[in-house]
Amino acid sequence: MRSIVLYLHMHQPWRLKHYSIFSVDHDHDYWTEKDWYAGTNNERIFKKVAEKSYRPMLAILEKCINTYAGFKFSISITGTWLDQAEKWEPELIETLKRLVKTGRVEIVAETYYHSLAFFYDREEFEAQVKAHQDKIHKLFGVKSQVYRNTELSYNNELARWADEFGFKGILAEGWDKILEWRSPNFVYRPEGCKNIKLLMKNYRLSDDVAFRFSDKHWKEWPLTVDKYIQWLEAATLRGPLINLFMDFETFGENIWEDTGIFKFFEHLVYRWDRDKDNNFLTVSEACDAAEPTAEISMPWTVTWADTERDLSAWLGNSMQHEAMKSVYSLKNEILASGDPKIIEDWRRLQTSDHPYYMCTKYFNDGDVHAYFSPYDSPYDAFLYYMNALRDMRGRLDGITRRKK
Amino acid sequence: MKILMLGWELPPHNSGGLGVACLNLSKSLAKMGADIDFVVPYEAEHHLKYMNVLSAMKIDPLIRYGGAYESKEIEVKKFHKTDTKQVLSIRDIQKSYCEFVERYLMDFKPDVVHAHDWLTYEAGILAKKQYGIPLVAHVHATEFDRGGENGGNPLIHEIEYQGLIWADKIIAVSQATKNIIVEKYKIPASKIDVAYNGWTSPDDDYHYDGSSYQYLENLKKKGYTIISTVGRFTLQKGLFHLMRAAARAISFHPKMVFLFAGDGEQKDELMRMSADLGISQNVIFTGFIRGKQLRDIYSISDIFVMSSVSEPFGLTALEAAHHGNALIVTKQSGVGEVLHSILRYDFWDEDKLAGALVNIAESPALVDSLRDGIKHEYARISWDDVAKKCVEVYDEVRKHKRNRF
Repeated sequence: MRSIVLYLHMHQPWRLKHYSIFSVDHDHDYWTEKDWYAGTNNERIFKKVAEKSYRPMLAILEKCINTYAGFKFSISITGTWLDQAEKWEPELIETLKRLVKTGRVEIVAETYYHSLAFFYDREEFEAQVKAHQDKIHKLFGVKSQVYRNTELSYNNELARWADEFGFKGILAEGWDKILEWRSPNFVYRPEGCKNIKLLMKNYRLSDDVAFRFSDKHWKEWPLTVDKYIQWLEAATLRGPLINLFMDFETFGENIWEDTGIFKFFEHLVYRWDRDKDNNFLTVSEACDAAEPTAEISMPWTVTWADTERDLSAWLGNSMQHEAMKSVYSLKNEILASGDPKIIEDWRRLQTSDHPYYMCTKYFNDGDVHAYFSPYDSPYDAFLYYMNALRDMRGRLDGITRRKK
Repeated sequence: MKILMLGWELPPHNSGGLGVACLNLSKSLAKMGADIDFVVPYEAEHHLKYMNVLSAMKIDPLIRYGGAYESKEIEVKKFHKTDTKQVLSIRDIQKSYCEFVERYLMDFKPDVVHAHDWLTYEAGILAKKQYGIPLVAHVHATEFDRGGENGGNPLIHEIEYQGLIWADKIIAVSQATKNIIVEKYKIPASKIDVAYNGWTSPDDDYHYDGSSYQYLENLKKKGYTIISTVGRFTLQKGLFHLMRAAARAISFHPKMVFLFAGDGEQKDELMRMSADLGISQNVIFTGFIRGKQLRDIYSISDIFVMSSVSEPFGLTALEAAHHGNALIVTKQSGVGEVLHSILRYDFWDEDKLAGALVNIAESPALVDSLRDGIKHEYARISWDDVAKKCVEVYDEVRKHKRNRF
């Protein structure tokens, strides 16, 4: 049997508005940008992406679920995405509920705030994983069993944590430096773990769709379903599982509809489903399907980002370190305040998109357009972020004074 | 390849970046084998091995701008054959400059005429009209830049327009300048190439000894942040906006001192303004400075602001970066197109500038990131690359000429 394990990731951050030093201590709303067309207007962006990607792609996924009895997929949805959808596009959540109810769509666990908390504060990290599980249970009535960490970041320590926490499986990038001669198409066991299983992204076949599909300079362009199915079938000679992990927004937002990406997807599902040697599996089913082939060790952190596959886009310069150190250093006082509004603001500031906007490493390769940011520069991103933290500091002091 | 360069100034007789750019560009071109005759309007000794500097007139370097920048009577020491009447205005100087170029062309036939800015365009047009020599117009600034938020001088607009029309090819010092040429003068974009100015590290033995500005050193020890700006005090430089932003920033973070280095028609008004805003204690006017004194200004300051309403390139920003400043530059300055590790703002956005000043003053991590980042950037911008671009342009216009004549 040849299996496609399709996993999609859905996320939107709460972008911080252009929060000036002169706003500190009197404007405590960091998230509502008044200018509709500003790059930091969260509502406009959510609605735009809903229009271009969430709505049409969910419609196609639902159609495939209803048409092809064998079609299944997995999806992770961050808490910040869910909160914004509830506010601005609630019918997206209704669609997701219908999909989950079919039993053929599995929800993957992660941190509620799409944060890097694992690398800074284990206690806060666990609180966010639990908050996400609660939210998923409340909305969809299911308990997630497989874990993925922010930006698919992964190391041995994370695997051991997820094992002890009781997850059945964990997802990671199938990076060559880790796999070496091995294939990503098998189930593995993270080093030093008893029960948990590791699924690794087939990055070549995933990125053929997620990055190269619309690239006219690619020698394989245009990518047809026939050609892609040949590649998938050839790949299964090295193991039965094709782990296709990608951003949900690949469909419609990163790669626009006029490239034919939606039709490609629909036709791919149809073609794969009609061959009786093929099937689709959710991530849990893939974990259950086989015993681990071997142990895999990742002593250092690997992500699904950039050619380096590390955290350097988030934690590569002194501003990013300073920002993260500063936000986590507020933890005790924030939690002790018991003020739900300030706790929520603080957690939104942990979203990994914030340090990402402060990334400067692309200056070295001159590839300025490789990174998307709603700010003029990484320095502006840092400046607004630190101003918001200053304001948080002031709010905390105010709360302490009132208590006394 | 024989190049006739038409310029207006060369260091040390320069009032700004134009002379520096012309000198460095010529040096790099000569390295690539170009044979350069460089015409300046004044008489002075330039001991340069790599090109011939020709004086169009026997006048003192100080008065080459005639009535344009000062009203003093011009003293004419000795006349060329062409300088037979008394020189009174910048138009007269330009006319004599043209006559000199005309006489030069009777004896020499350069492959290309490379004219720098409107002051020399008439001479360039003459070479093109009378001898069919391809003309390259190098735009370091347009009258729209110099005029600031006003329109500028209509006569200069006309000369600039004629020069750009007649030119076979135009070199602009930034995309911003190219955009102005396209939008305001309606020149086809395909005729304009962008060549950013380069950077040459000074090869002297300058080191900062802290002696020039003891008062500022003492303030720094007390925790003050020093912010500087360098340039002519004219509309183009947007200094009123900077002054108001300074007042806003100081009201929030009082330990700031602003150095205004330079001179110009707005000086008195700027001084009055600093008093009206109640920040004259925090604002220092150095007057026009150059050489070591100027470099000491860069050395002592933490932040350099380029507040220009319209700045074609902005060499001073690179000089400040070289001396370890964090840069805040308007989005209307060309230099911002080639640097990433800087903060940018719209020239009118006083609030954003003020916020950036306070944030930099209060955040060592931000200062370090900006400084470290810029170190890797400014030095990469090389005059040799600019010269290469010019040679490409020369080859193109010469081919063009063969096809036509």
